[in-house]
Amino acid sequence: MSYPQVKSFTTVFKKLLIALSGLGLVGFVVVHLLGNLTLLRSDGAAFNAYAAKLESFGPLLAVAEIGLLAIFLIHIVTVLTTKKRNLDARPVAYRQWRSKGGDTPSNLSSRNMAVSGSLILLFLGIHIWQFRFGPGMSQGYIATQGQEQIRDLYRLVVETLKNPVMFLFYSVVMILLGLHLRHGIWSALQSLGMTRSRTTTPLRLLGAILGVLLGVGFLIIPAWIYFGASI
Amino acid sequence: MPKLKLNLEIWRQKNPEAQGSFEPYQLSDIDDDISFLEMLDLLNEQLIKSGKAPVEFDSDCREGICGSCGVIINGQAHGPLQATTTCQLYMRHFGDGDTIIIEPWRSKAFPVIRDLVVDRSAFDRIIAAGGYVSTKTGPHPDANSHLIPKPVADQAMDNATCIGCGACVAACPNASASLFTAAKISHLGLLPQGNPERSKRVFRMVQKMDLEGFGNCTNIGECRAACPKEISIDTIAQMRRDYVQALKE
Repeated sequence: MSYPQVKSFTTVFKKLLIALSGLGLVGFVVVHLLGNLTLLRSDGAAFNAYAAKLESFGPLLAVAEIGLLAIFLIHIVTVLTTKKRNLDARPVAYRQWRSKGGDTPSNLSSRNMAVSGSLILLFLGIHIWQFRFGPGMSQGYIATQGQEQIRDLYRLVVETLKNPVMFLFYSVVMILLGLHLRHGIWSALQSLGMTRSRTTTPLRLLGAILGVLLGVGFLIIPAWIYFGASI
Repeated sequence: MPKLKLNLEIWRQKNPEAQGSFEPYQLSDIDDDISFLEMLDLLNEQLIKSGKAPVEFDSDCREGICGSCGVIINGQAHGPLQATTTCQLYMRHFGDGDTIIIEPWRSKAFPVIRDLVVDRSAFDRIIAAGGYVSTKTGPHPDANSHLIPKPVADQAMDNATCIGCGACVAACPNASASLFTAAKISHLGLLPQGNPERSKRVFRMVQKMDLEGFGNCTNIGECRAACPKEISIDTIAQMRRDYVQALKE
């Protein structure tokens, strides 16, 4: 630590934070998708059992939730400061700006990360309010698991997603999530300096495939419920 | 030989403080074998003859190696071609009757001095912050006294091709100078003479880049597409590896 005065909060350092928190969130999204795939079992027992299992962790779940919240906050706050800098960096806009294309990661995904990210954040608020803090057993959402009574989260999910407005909103945001991750996964590796000339193209492709797969995976759930599932 | 009639829309701005605007100009009988800058020279001759102020723009070598020239042509830095500076762009890439919009590089760190001329001394200050080797490395070393693997030498040389034209900043949606800064860090750090100061260099130059008001790199890659020397964004990943390494030290 021999250069304390220059080891400040540089743009490169912030990108490390954004990348690490972003990869953490990708990990969460993967786990969340795998868990939610139990929604495809039409009786809902598997999903309710999964949700009840998570609830049963009690304090451990709270710790995980706070940790997740912290990762989200690091990602969002750091991105906001970098976005501010980017807007300040070009006070006079071009009258015309066109991509020069070529073999670059410049595409709709990469140029609109702030748009997709903001809408995902808006979704996140609504999503958590709907389900995490939504009606529970005291509001009559009760399922039975053996002798036990557990929260019937499955019915709440199905009721919510049967609403055409909610179905459309969830679907659009899942497409945006796919687009965000299509650039985000590779971009995180690039920000961490983990790409090299030989690996950068394959990693870009793999990141894009994984990102789109996650988006599509999440898109299947509202579509399955809207067009298929019954309570 | 085809002759072109062109409608130009050029950014005119008297001084850094003045409010600029686009002015329309018409040119006819433009030979399509002349360069883009020669086309602007012809326009300026006409403007001077009619007693008007010529359009100011930077140029020097006019053979694509000095980095002086560079304007935004129809929304693209150095115009539509890849691996090409503005001076190496020829009018044959335009069509008869085309409208060509010409703007200066736009970045807070590159204030407009006049018309299409911007002040790129922010780049010089990034170099001054650490883009050098502090010790005397002596004259040309004896052949084979410093063994450098060919891929490393190639990588250093690829980075050293940067001419500092500023197209990376101009093309970047965030006006980031990461490609320039990374190239200037790596062309030294990869070689034995520049290696001892590698960590100090990356910190100082990145911090200076930030202080000059450039944006963040968000890995979009427009810099690479606009770079007349085709410097890869791999070099930005290299800068971050150096940065992480320096954090560990």
